[in-house]
Amino acid sequence: MTDNTIITAKDLNLKFETGDGPVVALKDVSLNVNKGEFVSFIGPSGCGKTTLLRAIAALETPNSGSLSVNGMSPEEARRHRAYGYVFQAAGLYPWRNIAKNVRLPLEIMGFDKNDMDARVKRVLELVDLSGFEKKFPWQLSGGMQQRVSIARALSFDADILLMDEPFGALDEIVRDYLNEQLLKLWHSTEKTICFVTHSIPEAVYLSTKIVVMSPRPGRIIDIIQSDLPDNRPLEIRDTKEFIDIAQRVREGLRAGHSYE
Amino acid sequence: MNNSFLPIITISIFIVLIWYSFSIVLNSSWALDKAERSDRQLSFSELVQDTWSQKKPKLPTPHQVGYEMWKTIFDKKVTSKRSLVYHGWITLSATLAGFILGTILGVLLALAIVHDKATDLSVMPWIITSQTIPILALAPMIIVVLSSIGFTGLMPKAVISMYLSFFPIVVGMVKGLRSPDLLEIDQMKTWSASRFQILIKLRLPKSIPFLFTSLKLGMAASLVGAIVGELPSGAIAGLGARMLSGSYYGQTIQIWSALFTAAILAASLVGLIGIIQAFVFKRMMITQ
Repeated sequence: MTDNTIITAKDLNLKFETGDGPVVALKDVSLNVNKGEFVSFIGPSGCGKTTLLRAIAALETPNSGSLSVNGMSPEEARRHRAYGYVFQAAGLYPWRNIAKNVRLPLEIMGFDKNDMDARVKRVLELVDLSGFEKKFPWQLSGGMQQRVSIARALSFDADILLMDEPFGALDEIVRDYLNEQLLKLWHSTEKTICFVTHSIPEAVYLSTKIVVMSPRPGRIIDIIQSDLPDNRPLEIRDTKEFIDIAQRVREGLRAGHSYE
Repeated sequence: MNNSFLPIITISIFIVLIWYSFSIVLNSSWALDKAERSDRQLSFSELVQDTWSQKKPKLPTPHQVGYEMWKTIFDKKVTSKRSLVYHGWITLSATLAGFILGTILGVLLALAIVHDKATDLSVMPWIITSQTIPILALAPMIIVVLSSIGFTGLMPKAVISMYLSFFPIVVGMVKGLRSPDLLEIDQMKTWSASRFQILIKLRLPKSIPFLFTSLKLGMAASLVGAIVGELPSGAIAGLGARMLSGSYYGQTIQIWSALFTAAILAASLVGLIGIIQAFVFKRMMITQ
């Protein structure tokens, strides 16, 4: 562990008790995330990628192992506003306009009024939605709603952005556009991003580090350090480097998956 | 609205026609007896005329009820003991008092049930049990108990109204307060929101559509409660008392006009809630 490490997981185990008996969601998961990294978690459903993200966010509690975020326990980290969480659905409140939706966490955290207004303006600019303050969620497309959700997660200046398949419900064209925007956002804000996905191109395109996971029990199969350049136009997906990394991810997924 | 106009009119005309025919059928024995005693043969048109204009018919016609209502609502002074406005107000005041009490009680119970597991498990079965006891059996007891400790008049009726109206409010609000999905609750947790903040910013706004449905049911139940409360108490004022005295003296027209006044009152109150609902839904961008 270096000074640069922002999330450390060591030998995490997490079990869910279900009607059909216990399900091992995470088995001996160890991982370091460094400051400023863009880490993708990829794997088939049931591999524990979302569970791992939720454990980092203190939404699930591991049965054993240690997990620290910013040198604190996940609960403490949450209280210190260490992370913003973007869910698969935007989760905007239909009775609040866009500005008020972005303000919601700020109101809860007790920011003062002028500060709130300034922050809302700034983060809406970041996601390219200036001028939409007075619109209501139903007036926005799915992709725009998800951008509002990202703006909301950025509004209180957390260092870490946890994203759980944020573009999973969107069509591929919108997805490409949002991926490009997300990379820009990542460059300009220097956040650390943990990103759950089940799309190989998305993971390879976005990440500096790709964590390949496998189900039953949920575990890490491979961690790939990407050497793609920082500047990534969408066309980079046709280069040999990109295809090589995608190939390695695919092999990892195949190795970890027994198709019984 | 426009789509439903024609069907409603059609059904209304249909009901009125049936009503008039039943008036002939049910009141004819009286008319025929009367004719027989005076040794007369009734033609069909005479029969119809008689059955539609008796003083104490088994089934009064719509126009008789309408005329009685007109007389007792618009022509009598509102302070008169024979004015339906007077009696209507007596019942309405108990209805509104019971409705407000029932709504407050219902919302408070729902808040306790949603936020406290022990309350959920211990109180909810009693709430359901409370509604299985026939209110007609319970109402006299409530009136006796309350009058023995000095509460008479509006208060016991309001309590009976409350007893009936809190139930739909509890059930609807529990459902409404629990309507936020897991994602919305998790989202709140990631912002370290307190239970109170989750209630104010998420649960309450989300429960608004449920609340309005419950308020409509509660209002109707409350009016029933107020009328039922007037029956066993020997009350001399109120729509319930009006129905009861009508039945003592065979004044069927009086019963029916009190009945219709109650129905119009209920429809207006529920309609009023509907108007407020439309306004609130529009402001909150709720579509249904």
